Amino acid sequence: MQHVPDITVPALDVEKIRRDFPLLQEKVYGLPLVYLDNAATTQKPQVVLDALEQYYTTINSNVHRGVHHLSQRATDAYEGARKIIASFINAQKPEEVIFTKGTTDGINLVANSFGRSVIKPGDIVLVSAMEHHSNIVPWQIMCEDRGAELQVIPMNEQGELLMDQFSALLNDRVKIIAVTWVSNALGTVNPVHEIISRAHARNIPVLLDAAQAIQHMPVDVQELDVDFLVFSGHKLYGPTGIGVLYGKEEWLDKLPPYQGGGDMIKTVTFAKTIYNVLPYKFEAGTPDISGAIALGTAVEYVQKAGIENIQQWEEQLMEYATQRLQEVEGLRFIGQAKKKSGAISFLVDDIHPYDLGELLDKQGIAIRTGHHCAEPVMSAFCIPGTVRASFAMYTTMEDIDKLVAGIQKAASMLR
Amino acid sequence: MTIKETQDELISDFSFMENWMDKYEYIIQLGKDLPLIDEKYKTPDNLIKGCQSQVWLHTEMIDGKLVFTADSDAVITKGLISLMVSVLSNHTPKEITEADLYFIEAIGLTSHLSPTRSNGLLSMLKQMKMYAFAYQATSQSQKNGTEL
Repeated sequence: MQHVPDITVPALDVEKIRRDFPLLQEKVYGLPLVYLDNAATTQKPQVVLDALEQYYTTINSNVHRGVHHLSQRATDAYEGARKIIASFINAQKPEEVIFTKGTTDGINLVANSFGRSVIKPGDIVLVSAMEHHSNIVPWQIMCEDRGAELQVIPMNEQGELLMDQFSALLNDRVKIIAVTWVSNALGTVNPVHEIISRAHARNIPVLLDAAQAIQHMPVDVQELDVDFLVFSGHKLYGPTGIGVLYGKEEWLDKLPPYQGGGDMIKTVTFAKTIYNVLPYKFEAGTPDISGAIALGTAVEYVQKAGIENIQQWEEQLMEYATQRLQEVEGLRFIGQAKKKSGAISFLVDDIHPYDLGELLDKQGIAIRTGHHCAEPVMSAFCIPGTVRASFAMYTTMEDIDKLVAGIQKAASMLR
Repeated sequence: MTIKETQDELISDFSFMENWMDKYEYIIQLGKDLPLIDEKYKTPDNLIKGCQSQVWLHTEMIDGKLVFTADSDAVITKGLISLMVSVLSNHTPKEITEADLYFIEAIGLTSHLSPTRSNGLLSMLKQMKMYAFAYQATSQSQKNGTEL
């Protein structure tokens, strides 16, 4: 007899939450949308869409510049969003929260500013074998520029980092470690506390890519004692084009600016420019004001639902999905770490992931296929790509049932 | 059958299928039936760039006509290749280069396939036409050579 898992009643009212997301009510090919591509981007609740519109209809104005009423209100809202985010990740000060375009932009900022001021020829930057391209390429560019070397923390066949080898890689030449908290391709949750404490024992700073963590679990930068942490707004129910770099004040003070322009200066003469204080030093030009404000709204929405409640619900989803997917003949999971979050990658027999993805799409099921911008991960497993289903707070058990039925149907056509 | 006749027949075949799952079923079947390329021709040279899945295309000239064989690691892609091959294979380079290919649009493939897939389809088509152009150019220059 089939084992039916205990489904604890969620503290989250998922049905009510779903009604807050206009796009989830849409149909594709005349079928109700089953959206399981949340690791790529999440849908937006109405309050976030309203925040964007209200900004442009009521307070649109440039920040930090004008003395007029609207500019004051826009500045208050923009800085208010910074405070909301600082409190969400428990930063010591709002000044430690820098608005960026997204995770990629945040990593580029650190790689560039840290590289120019700290890295010397022969130094080492450490990344892991399961990084997204955006946590590889910026470091590669910087290493090439500075004559430094990029080294990689290896992983095992389950998709877990080899922590012994990590320790063995630590030496005085290692100047920074950049690792992902949760792998976007495998779902692995890395032992970030352990990574940070071992790195700090040798005075090496750590940057965490929290793009796939921030929406799934509580994040406390002080408790982590992390030096830099980056994430994107659009994976956290906020708009695209806005993201966050958290940096410890001592580090951000030390690093030179990334880009030059308006707002990041105190005084400018042709002989010498004095840079502005934090956080403005790293926010050159007119920022994405509406995006930042709406991200603040998204964070409040998440806080209202409760990140612990979200985490608990998503853990049940992961468990149920893992169990149901095992019913599919010939299905194998790519990435079988003990601790996983948010996403499940798999393949069915020798069916090409694109074929499976296309037939799921035609059944109204949105999943991601391909290398997930993590080609080295795919090479490690000797596969062209995977099919990835990823979850959000509004995902239901019914979505997973539809996914499994969709895979069964597609596989029977493709075999 | 002329290139036009084959296209019209395909359009008519597809018009009988009501939903896209049926159309995919048909495309997949075509993929499974596709005459396979000889393994020795699965070389990097024969790999078509611009496809997300791997696609190999081999061309041979037999009795003045171009014969295409192909393969892919993805079945739906194979089915799409099969459509192209059935339309263009066994025709002279001149017929292929002059062919007006309207069936892809008429079947609705461009609007229903994922963009990566339809881009791949177009790369494949371009490659097939390029081979035909190349053969045409070679035979033209040979002809010119003998006349001189």
